[in-house]
Amino acid sequence: MSSPAPTPYDKTKAPTGAPKRTGEWPLFEVFIRGQHGLSHRHVGSLHAPDAEMAVKNARDVYTRRNEGVSIWVVEAEAIHASSPGDKEALYDPSNDKVYRHPTFFDVPDEVGHM
Amino acid sequence: MYAQMIQSTGKGVKSLDEMDPQERAFQERINAGGKIEPKDWMPDGYRKNLIRQIGQHAHSEIVGQLPEGNWITRAPTLERKAILLAKVQDEAGHGLYLYCAAETLGITRDEMTEALHEGRMKYSSIFNYPTLTWADMGAVGWLVDGAAIMNQVPLQRTSYGPYARAMVRICKEESFHQRQGFDIMMKMCKGTPAQKKMAQDALNRMWFPSLMMFGPSDKDSVHSEQSMAWKIKMNTNDELRQKFVDQTVPQAEYLGLTVPDDTLAWNEEKGGYDFAEPDWNEFFDVLKGNGPCNQERLQTRKDAWDDGAWVRDGMLAHAAKKRALKVAAE
Repeated sequence: MSSPAPTPYDKTKAPTGAPKRTGEWPLFEVFIRGQHGLSHRHVGSLHAPDAEMAVKNARDVYTRRNEGVSIWVVEAEAIHASSPGDKEALYDPSNDKVYRHPTFFDVPDEVGHM
Repeated sequence: MYAQMIQSTGKGVKSLDEMDPQERAFQERINAGGKIEPKDWMPDGYRKNLIRQIGQHAHSEIVGQLPEGNWITRAPTLERKAILLAKVQDEAGHGLYLYCAAETLGITRDEMTEALHEGRMKYSSIFNYPTLTWADMGAVGWLVDGAAIMNQVPLQRTSYGPYARAMVRICKEESFHQRQGFDIMMKMCKGTPAQKKMAQDALNRMWFPSLMMFGPSDKDSVHSEQSMAWKIKMNTNDELRQKFVDQTVPQAEYLGLTVPDDTLAWNEEKGGYDFAEPDWNEFFDVLKGNGPCNQERLQTRKDAWDDGAWVRDGMLAHAAKKRALKVAAE
């Protein structure tokens, strides 16, 4: 068994008899900042014809219960991501630098809080 | 459930020793409670199964708007109307979260929509039953959303990250749905004898279709065994059905309503109720497309899709025009 690349789907392919479509609305990733001063957080995605509509749709889909005070939308195609295969190269080196954590150092009791 | 009768490859579950190293690492990660994310390697069957399951779940949320949408214009008060409208809007949201989760597996939204319209993908059998009176809005929220919660709460721990995250959002919103339904039932049951009779009638019609939502017993199903090994199904259908009955019967008693099952009895030994199975022939018949509302539901979806095509295309054209104007201005 293998994990095949997803089959490319012809977005303009219309079912028999139906008029030819111009295609799907682009996909946007949605980020919301909650009430309490935290940074924007990814909450999901949605389709919209453009960024302006994406913000409006995000408001309807992701903030029906006061989930946020600020919305970012980013066209999914514009996101560059690391790939799972790079995991070791990217993150393993930090494992052997335990001294980066304050707990690496012993502070004598007499010194008190540091 | 919202996803019923999902078929896997049917080959049965492989042991860790039978797997190649890649698949073994994948299964071990799931066994250890790890999450699988969109770009990770995954077996072909896992991907296919999840697309079917999440897609069917999404379609159920969308088609599930129709029986309740039917009553928005006829809600008895402005408050009830606003509540029902908010509930139906939530269902649309749930559908959208789930479509997005399915899309991360490499299927497009349009492809899923077409599969639904052509009958290659299904939605839950429950939405092929009609909602005849206002009391049905109560029974749907109380029973149908109640049954959905039974299934969706454990799915928050499912192995596929985007699906689990969609479930977390959905579960947060779902308990409002059940409570608003029960609230309608309470009001009807404390009302006139005619109103209480209406509530009883709604329970009579919705009880067995609600039990069918969990699907037939799957204790011997290889499909189910594989899905459970992959943690895309967390409990057997019988477990969830039992839990649902045990939770719901006391609520019906509180309402002063009678569950339409003569055989219903508390079984001290198992610590749960004994109850009658729904008519599984009816269930398979409804799945095949012969329920009371199958044609109407699907036709409504197709019409909405076809009638909305000019809007979708028009907005894309408008967006392209705006982009061109902006480039020209620079």
